[in-house]
Amino acid sequence: MKQTLITLVEDKPGVLNRIASLFRRRNYNIDSLVVGKSETPGVSRMTIMTNEEDQRKRGNIYFNLLNLVNVIAVKDVSNLECVTREFILIKIQSGPDQLNEVKAVVNNHGARIVDLGKETVIIEATEREKEIDALVKALTPFNITEIMRTGKIAMRRGKTHKISSDKINAPAGEINWQPEQIHTYHN
Amino acid sequence: MSKRNLTGAEIIWECIAKEGIDVVFGYPGGTILPAYDALDKYRDKIHHVLVRHEQGATHMADGYARASGKVGVAIATSGPGATNMITGMGTAMMDSVPIVCITGQVSSAVIGSDAFQEIDITGAAIPVTKHNYLVLDIKDLAETIKEAFHVARSGRPGPVLVDIPKDIQNQSLDFIYPEREITLPGLVKPQGADELQVKRFIDLIGAAERPIILAGHGIILSGATQAVLDLANLAHIPIGTTLLGIGGVPASHPLVLGMMGMHGETWVNQAIQESDLLIACGMRFDDRVTGKLQTYSPNSKKIHIEIDPSEINKNIHVDLPIHGDLKTVLNQILPLVSKKGNKSWLSKIETWRKDSHEKDIINQETDMLMGAHVVRKIWEGTDGNALVVTDVGQHQMLEAQYYEHEEPRTLLTSGGLGTMGFSLPAGIGASFHEKDREIWVIVGDGSFQMTMTELGTAVQENRNINIAIINNGYLGMVRQWQEMFYEARYVETPILSPDYVKLAAAYGIEAFRVESLGEVIPTMRKAQQQSGPSLIEFVVEQHDMVYPMVPAGADLHEMIERPPNKINDTVDMLNKESNK
Ligand SMILES: Cc1ncc(C[n+]2csc(CCOP(=O)(O)OP(=O)(O)O)c2C)c(N)n1
Ligand SMILES: [Mg+2]
Repeated sequence: MKQTLITLVEDKPGVLNRIASLFRRRNYNIDSLVVGKSETPGVSRMTIMTNEEDQRKRGNIYFNLLNLVNVIAVKDVSNLECVTREFILIKIQSGPDQLNEVKAVVNNHGARIVDLGKETVIIEATEREKEIDALVKALTPFNITEIMRTGKIAMRRGKTHKISSDKINAPAGEINWQPEQIHTYHN
Repeated sequence: MSKRNLTGAEIIWECIAKEGIDVVFGYPGGTILPAYDALDKYRDKIHHVLVRHEQGATHMADGYARASGKVGVAIATSGPGATNMITGMGTAMMDSVPIVCITGQVSSAVIGSDAFQEIDITGAAIPVTKHNYLVLDIKDLAETIKEAFHVARSGRPGPVLVDIPKDIQNQSLDFIYPEREITLPGLVKPQGADELQVKRFIDLIGAAERPIILAGHGIILSGATQAVLDLANLAHIPIGTTLLGIGGVPASHPLVLGMMGMHGETWVNQAIQESDLLIACGMRFDDRVTGKLQTYSPNSKKIHIEIDPSEINKNIHVDLPIHGDLKTVLNQILPLVSKKGNKSWLSKIETWRKDSHEKDIINQETDMLMGAHVVRKIWEGTDGNALVVTDVGQHQMLEAQYYEHEEPRTLLTSGGLGTMGFSLPAGIGASFHEKDREIWVIVGDGSFQMTMTELGTAVQENRNINIAIINNGYLGMVRQWQEMFYEARYVETPILSPDYVKLAAAYGIEAFRVESLGEVIPTMRKAQQQSGPSLIEFVVEQHDMVYPMVPAGADLHEMIERPPNKINDTVDMLNKESNK
């Protein structure tokens, strides 16, 4: 399973560069990174997905992110209940004879047609990664010419957790390094 | 405080002085000129040392910081001045040294246009700084510099860069120093141990039969010497140190075993491998101390007390991670530690120590001048009391092995980055803090030639430092690897030296050449009498090796030791071969 990190960062120039540089220099693999304004002015919220499987390395990524001075908080939500979504735009170039088939696929997948040109159709969808993949697969026979995916964004279910204490230590009895268990931050 | 109208350039010096800094190391140039012009008004508060190369400025700031525990400051112009600082920032980064580097930048209006001497130094410096800033508004300048100092010294210390465009230095505003305390939400606060962790710690010590403390640089940074010794004394736990942990605990203490790792003592590495409890204190399990990770100390439980959470569980899986300041954590633990003896464990280590006695070059009679003996004599001739700055190579490892340090901050060396050229500038920097202790720069012939340009700085500033060049005619440590792992093909490691005595004379430095062991101490006495810099060239045996050695990637206990009582034979044979 992929690692999902929700990160609060100061909205300052160069912050994205610092995060990208960290991932590059430590040889961590970013699967996707989405950034945008948060509920707090001056603070951006990011969802970062990594391909790291190893628990210890996941802990490493977590703490190296946290160490960046512009990073205010990190929460590893990989094993937590989250709503996750990805947004996609797909352009299809096909004859009018195929339009009905395309429409059927779009309806089946809960997607929408947002632009209908002479020879092209643009389709949008907001879904979980899995469903987006399925949509792309279903549309593949229809000559897809462009795809724009945003990458995944995530939000924890339930009430918003305050930044409690900056508790980083593992519980003494805990042998396995589980960053998500040892750090309570904004969800 | 009343407002005064100050320029950005003046604000820079105001802020540096406010940090309690009275010496800075730098080199002027176009974009930092306004700051240099303003410096003239701050001469009574701040002494500026004109270096010969900006790398030197960063190492001087670094040496000053390591010796004093304060923040070192280096200043340079944009472009080449700034890029020359990269090595020094990287050195400070790897060894957790608090320095602030201030660079001029092209005017904000032309940033991004490839203007003359424009370099994106904040971008380039990301991997070699803890954090860095580009100031684009004079209103942010004072706050930014204050924050930079705060970031540099807080938590795990490190280098911070502040890039200041020329126009910001030239603008002015009604200035009040921002007295309020800096609070940065992004700085990770050290925690200390919680109740369960304390209990677990005590249980682990109680259950251990073969414990060992691994003492790293954190001891010195945290001022935890006494706490570590208390723990060791109470529970009879022996202590091994890392290279940067040397001096953190007194070498003469009966429980202090010596250095661990690639060129560490055999008995320390052996003890680590056979231990059932490692108590890692402010260290980071670098590959130079662990050897092969898969076989590292296979049967031990591991406690790791560390202020940087990203170091915990990075290389080695630990059983009890504690994120906190070392001294604070140990003081939480200490009241609960009960007395304990580990007699059989300690005597086992003692047998290993005795076993290696005859393989130690220092116990061998030889009429050749060996690097190890020179270092030992320097130790004798300074009563083990000097502040020693080393460079990188064989001489560095010999220093670590044969100069016994009793106090923190008496050995300054580039550990993590292994930066050749570090020692002379770092020694100059240290001399601005250390006024009472004599300073010895122990440096190889290769390393010295990297930054010997700073001799000019040493003379101009009349620094009271003693430079000991260990001249073996080689990039010795690389030659050692070639001999061991590349069938003695010495490709590009023999290196020519100038006549160092003449070179020193050109600078007006008193200098000496020593070719035999008997001359070492008498010559040192002459050098010690100089009030400014002095230089001794020790012409040592060219083909000696540093033993013991754990080859890179080998198990920590797979040490190559010196063939017993064979020093002269081996060296003679090698000399003959190379003369063929
Ligand atoms: C800037 C830099 N370049 C290259 C190296 C690789 N290196 C490590 S030790 C060494 C040789 C050092 O030679 P010298 O200063 O004469 O010391 P010796 O080993 O002979 O005592 C070299 C080239 C390095 N550590 N730093
Ligand atoms: Mg040499």
